Amino acid sequence: MLERIHKAQLTMDAACEALARQINIMEVCGTHTVAIFRSGIRTTLPKQIKLLSGPGCPVCVTDQSYIDTILTLADRKDILIATYGDMIRVPGRGGSLETRQSLGNVKIVLSSDDAVQIAKDNPGKTVVFAAVGFETTAPATAMAVKQAAEEKIENFCILSGHKLVVPAMHALLSDKNNKIDAFLCPGHVSVIIGYGAFHEIAAQYGKPCVVAGFEPMQIIEGLAQICRQLIECRAIAESIYTAVVNEKGNLVAQNIVNEIFEPADGFWRGVGKIPKSSLALREKYSKFDAMKRFGLKETTAQELTGCHCGQVLCGLIDPPQCALFGNACTPMHPVGPCMVSSEGACSAWFKYGRQKKNQ
Amino acid sequence: MCLAIPARIVKLEGDKAVVDAMGNEFHARTTFLPDVKIGDLVLIHAGFAISTIEEEEAKKTWQLIAEIDQFKDTPNKVSG
Amino acid sequence: MKKNEFDKVLLAHGGGGQLSDQFIHDHILPRFKNTTLTELTDAAKLNLDSKSLCFTTDSYVIKPLFFHGGNIGKLAVCGTINDLAVSGSKPVALSLALIIEEGFPFDSLEKILDSIAETASQNNVSIVTGDTKTVESGAADGIFINTAGIGVRLEGVELGFNKIAAGDVIIISGSIGDHGMTIMSQRQDIGFHSRIKSDCAALADLTCKLLTSTKGIKFMRDPTRGGLAATLNEIVRQTDLSILLNELDIPINPTVQAAADALGLDILNIANEGKFVAVVSPEIALECIRICKIHPLGIQASVIGKIVETKDVPVVEMTTKIGGRRIVQMPYGRDLPRIC
Repeated sequence: MLERIHKAQLTMDAACEALARQINIMEVCGTHTVAIFRSGIRTTLPKQIKLLSGPGCPVCVTDQSYIDTILTLADRKDILIATYGDMIRVPGRGGSLETRQSLGNVKIVLSSDDAVQIAKDNPGKTVVFAAVGFETTAPATAMAVKQAAEEKIENFCILSGHKLVVPAMHALLSDKNNKIDAFLCPGHVSVIIGYGAFHEIAAQYGKPCVVAGFEPMQIIEGLAQICRQLIECRAIAESIYTAVVNEKGNLVAQNIVNEIFEPADGFWRGVGKIPKSSLALREKYSKFDAMKRFGLKETTAQELTGCHCGQVLCGLIDPPQCALFGNACTPMHPVGPCMVSSEGACSAWFKYGRQKKNQ
Repeated sequence: MCLAIPARIVKLEGDKAVVDAMGNEFHARTTFLPDVKIGDLVLIHAGFAISTIEEEEAKKTWQLIAEIDQFKDTPNKVSG
Repeated sequence: MKKNEFDKVLLAHGGGGQLSDQFIHDHILPRFKNTTLTELTDAAKLNLDSKSLCFTTDSYVIKPLFFHGGNIGKLAVCGTINDLAVSGSKPVALSLALIIEEGFPFDSLEKILDSIAETASQNNVSIVTGDTKTVESGAADGIFINTAGIGVRLEGVELGFNKIAAGDVIIISGSIGDHGMTIMSQRQDIGFHSRIKSDCAALADLTCKLLTSTKGIKFMRDPTRGGLAATLNEIVRQTDLSILLNELDIPINPTVQAAADALGLDILNIANEGKFVAVVSPEIALECIRICKIHPLGIQASVIGKIVETKDVPVVEMTTKIGGRRIVQMPYGRDLPRIC
């Protein structure tokens, strides 16, 4: 392993020398954010290479109105909320799902299958599944809706918060202030969509896109591969996560998602509206949409004062550059979602990065 | 952004599977991988198998899998 | 032991009358055989030569009550023994208070009592006094247990945060995360079948051997809730020194690691119930490891790091498997599984 690390470091050093400027590589995957911190990779990189954290944490980019909606639903005695653990602590109107757990109607699940089962086991209540996540998780939600439709499970519905990575990358690169030189692309999203999905990013903007997994060696070698492209002045989409990623992705999963969902405009916290960047249920499945079922309306929520999650999410600032970081905003009392979510850049930075004395 | 772990299919009935990840068993659906069979190594995310994994690639990619071969020969090491 | 005529606990079993009396005579006394307890006085009279004692108390409110590798009874005895052990004492006597929910199955209660008796006996501690109360159905999670424990301090042994100095070495007695991941695997909502089991064990025999055979052990603690991360951060907070850890040297059972990976948890934050952390003078580190490794509870003992002077802020910093560095923070308090 040491040999492989050394080889990767040599490539990165060569890129730094060749380019003679800061190289900004953005990862758009919250799991990459955490993996990078936990493995301590940043401390092994040449100073010229800067890793930016993008809007890859699905909880962080979920807008406040979604969170307030799910909390409103959680307060109803005729509803059970089924959610992945990621969403439990996100603060909103009157607390969080965690503070409501003692009421007994918030259930943590590991799979959308479990959410459907909870609906079957509780015919007297309606189960609302908090369907958050990127393309990796959408197929599981699609299957849940499909099953509910086929088996006529009337008391199951979803609040869809699924988002799409590639439109977000377009939005980031359309911002003239962006400093991105290349992307470390999400490994498991790519299992579903294929690394070919990033061809358009590489071609249109000239940015290398390398898909990597989450083991430390995968990340290091992914960064090295990006550097190789930069040295050779190439910009293509490719993958080193050969164990599970191919160019086309998992077509069965893609087809199921397309059957149940269609792209819709999405509101990303901190970034704003991104066209065709989220998934909405197709008309045929609209009865499984919690918004329609409960007659809820989309609202634009207030952004929190002083919170710079938006700039953090776009990689424009590092978490410590936000005035609230480590003072008013810590994991114990988070202000913005980047601190709440265990995958948020601020949370990761706080947990794994060095502290300043007054923090 | 997604946690997914490699695991081996140990039971399979239709598209309902039980998979084993180093001695931990989880339920998983194989709906997205219609051709898998018992014994196959797959990647599991949110209760679904999303990709098959070839054995040699698994050892090259996941350190735990590479190490488990050496580990098997030292029974005392396991406390649980 | 008399065969029980009830299959569930009644409120009257904790009421102080006939049924209470019957409970003590049929279930408590025969299990915890010692003359102090049989006197059934309001307080236990102890004859201890030493004036230097350790005294601890703890309450156990766990769910599930039964887990792979133990149950609430075994946990209560081991937990109390371990608190006394890592404080530098030889545990001698425990009190046992039970708060039992009306309707709790008697055979579950008997299994728990059997565990308590067996664990206490194996570790040469006596249950010398106790109490039984019952509460209405729903007011307890089946059963709550409170213990208090007394230990005789080992001569010449002084452990404390104030003894720790830069240059000292940190030892862990075995693999981490086993107990917490076992409990996680048996949760009703997100549980899964696993071959891991809790490391729940009483450490006094090993700690006493270490403390009586060496000079230079400065501090000990059992890393229970919050795991290794919490214990090490506490050391740093109390001493204003810093810690450098080496990830490669921390023993972890691969099945436990895989379970933590599956749920997205950091194993450093996961509870242990049969392990201790010791801070020792560098000169005796190897000897401590040697003593641990010949004991069944210390086979995987390892030097995992050292105490260092603080640069700017006291931190626990870890050199990772790939040679990088990361901070190990005090955990939030409740690790939740994640998908993303």
